[in-house]
Amino acid sequence: MDIIQTYGFMLIVTAAAVGFIMAWGIGANDVANAMGTSVGSKALTIKQAIIIAMIFEFAGAYLAGGEVTSTIRNGIIDSSYFTNTPELLVYGMISSLLAAGIWLAFASYLGWPVSTTHSIVGAIIGFAAIGVTSDSVHWDEVTKIVGSWIVTPAISGFIAYLIFQSAQKLIFDTDKPFENAKRYVPFYMAAAGFVMSLVTIKKGLSHVGMNINNSTGYLIAVAIAIVVAIAGRFVINKIKFDPQAGRATHFANVEKVFAVLMIVTACCMAFAHGSNDVANAIGPLAAVVSIVNNGGEISEKAQLVWWILPLGAVGIVAGLALFGHRVIATIGKGITHLTPSRGFAAEMAAATTVVIASGTGLPISTTQTLVGAVLGVGMARGIAALNLGVIRNIVISWVVTLPAGAGLSIIFFYMIKGIFAA
Amino acid sequence: MPMNSFLGVFAKSPLKPLEDHINLVHQCSQGLLPFFEAVYAEDWKTAQEQQQAISKLEKQADVIKRELRINLPSGIFMPIQRQDVLDLLTQQDKIANKAKDISGRILGRQLTIPEQLQVQFLEYLQRCLDATEQAKQVINELDDLLETGFKGREVKLVEDMIERLDSIEDDTDRLQIGLRRSLLSIEKNLNPVDVMFLYSIIEWVGELADISERVGSRLELMLAN
Repeated sequence: MDIIQTYGFMLIVTAAAVGFIMAWGIGANDVANAMGTSVGSKALTIKQAIIIAMIFEFAGAYLAGGEVTSTIRNGIIDSSYFTNTPELLVYGMISSLLAAGIWLAFASYLGWPVSTTHSIVGAIIGFAAIGVTSDSVHWDEVTKIVGSWIVTPAISGFIAYLIFQSAQKLIFDTDKPFENAKRYVPFYMAAAGFVMSLVTIKKGLSHVGMNINNSTGYLIAVAIAIVVAIAGRFVINKIKFDPQAGRATHFANVEKVFAVLMIVTACCMAFAHGSNDVANAIGPLAAVVSIVNNGGEISEKAQLVWWILPLGAVGIVAGLALFGHRVIATIGKGITHLTPSRGFAAEMAAATTVVIASGTGLPISTTQTLVGAVLGVGMARGIAALNLGVIRNIVISWVVTLPAGAGLSIIFFYMIKGIFAA
Repeated sequence: MPMNSFLGVFAKSPLKPLEDHINLVHQCSQGLLPFFEAVYAEDWKTAQEQQQAISKLEKQADVIKRELRINLPSGIFMPIQRQDVLDLLTQQDKIANKAKDISGRILGRQLTIPEQLQVQFLEYLQRCLDATEQAKQVINELDDLLETGFKGREVKLVEDMIERLDSIEDDTDRLQIGLRRSLLSIEKNLNPVDVMFLYSIIEWVGELADISERVGSRLELMLAN
């Protein structure tokens, strides 16, 4: 108790600093995955991608990041074990942040595509199970989270498969693919706009102090969807298409329409990524702040302090602004034969899956979901070539991340405990 | 900046190189037209230049072939079978090899086409080159096949193109028979060794169409699964 009262401010500043750096890292590195498909299929330039990412990552983190933050903050650990020793929970959360941050830096250095989410969840389980007692972990909750890591890529792959097939049926495999593209693409935009706004309204806005009832929520979501579709339609009509394009290249014009659609799905992807991944940086921080502000009392229901979500959001945007350009530039090259119609199917499926998971508070991995979606399009014979070897490496690096994050956080936990005990 | 992006899952597409390859191969076989023009005129200096041009294109095609093979590791997931792609590539490459062999042998022996056969031979050669042209068109549909997920209308369209390729090849068979018959009627007046080589040249030119047809049927097999 004394420790929290004496060092409370310092603990918050430490946690905030580490959390900010973590958010910064997410912005610098992970965003490349979220925006890579758009840049890779040449639907967006790097500059456009950065601008979209900055706006929508921030919006996603701020407006829809609350649920997952709560899960990270107090869903994984049973805080009743810490009632008499709240400082242990504070140390643990700070060690988790440090562990996940260092693991991510290390993995990035080696070029492993590890998941931020897996690192932080592993780290929190680690310090609680070993540093305190294994009873303090909500194992049923953990099972649910880890289970979602297997289920979400499958779901997103399935959705991507369906979206791709529907685009084939409605647009590509018809007599007039170009006319049909102009007709149906706005509907896809509306669908994307609807899902994003509905999840935000139903799950996110309460965290920023707005409460909207059910039917109004649906109405607003439908209205947003219609606005998005009309705006999309307007943009599509304004684009200059090559009227000379003969039969041989008629799909080139169709892809131009999909490139417009991809701007919308890129926004969704950035939004979804922000909503799910901001929690990895600020969830532990939220826990620390709530304990310190309550003078050591752990309350499960405490509201998020107002400055936490924006801090994470700003961190992500700062990382993006400083390093995003370089990271996205490297990935923009080298993707061949990823046309906007495929990128859109993968992105829309992944974004939908992630944002729904965010709404239910599940911390899932954006990258993993995206890989699942890409495989889904691949199964539909939509992508020229996929490296199964790389997919295997990705899966392995995910499996390694849990114990690595756990191990590091245990070490940091004992170190911090030792420092304050002296 | 270390790369921990998931975008490594996108492997290099084999379709574009396949198209590049057939385009080169086709250009290479087209070189036979100016080559034979020079042969007809018995202008061996020009013929040699043309032969070198053919040989150079054949080498370029080989480079693409090698690159494509290296970029197609076994752990690759494609909408078409990896083995089919490799087989298709092998067939395509044979067209260029054949064009090089034909021009090389004619030049090496300074073999002339007897005047009575020249018109008929040119028609035959042209038809065989039509077959390689058609094979090129077919392979260049791979882009659109990918766009449509290898099914539906586009597949039907390609199948029709392959059918046309088959009928061109039938034509060349017919022309070949006529050409052999004409050669038979005049062979007594010619140098016997030259006659033997002429027969083999006629056969090789016909193989240009045969291999082109095989390119088409490989692609058909790809579409079937």
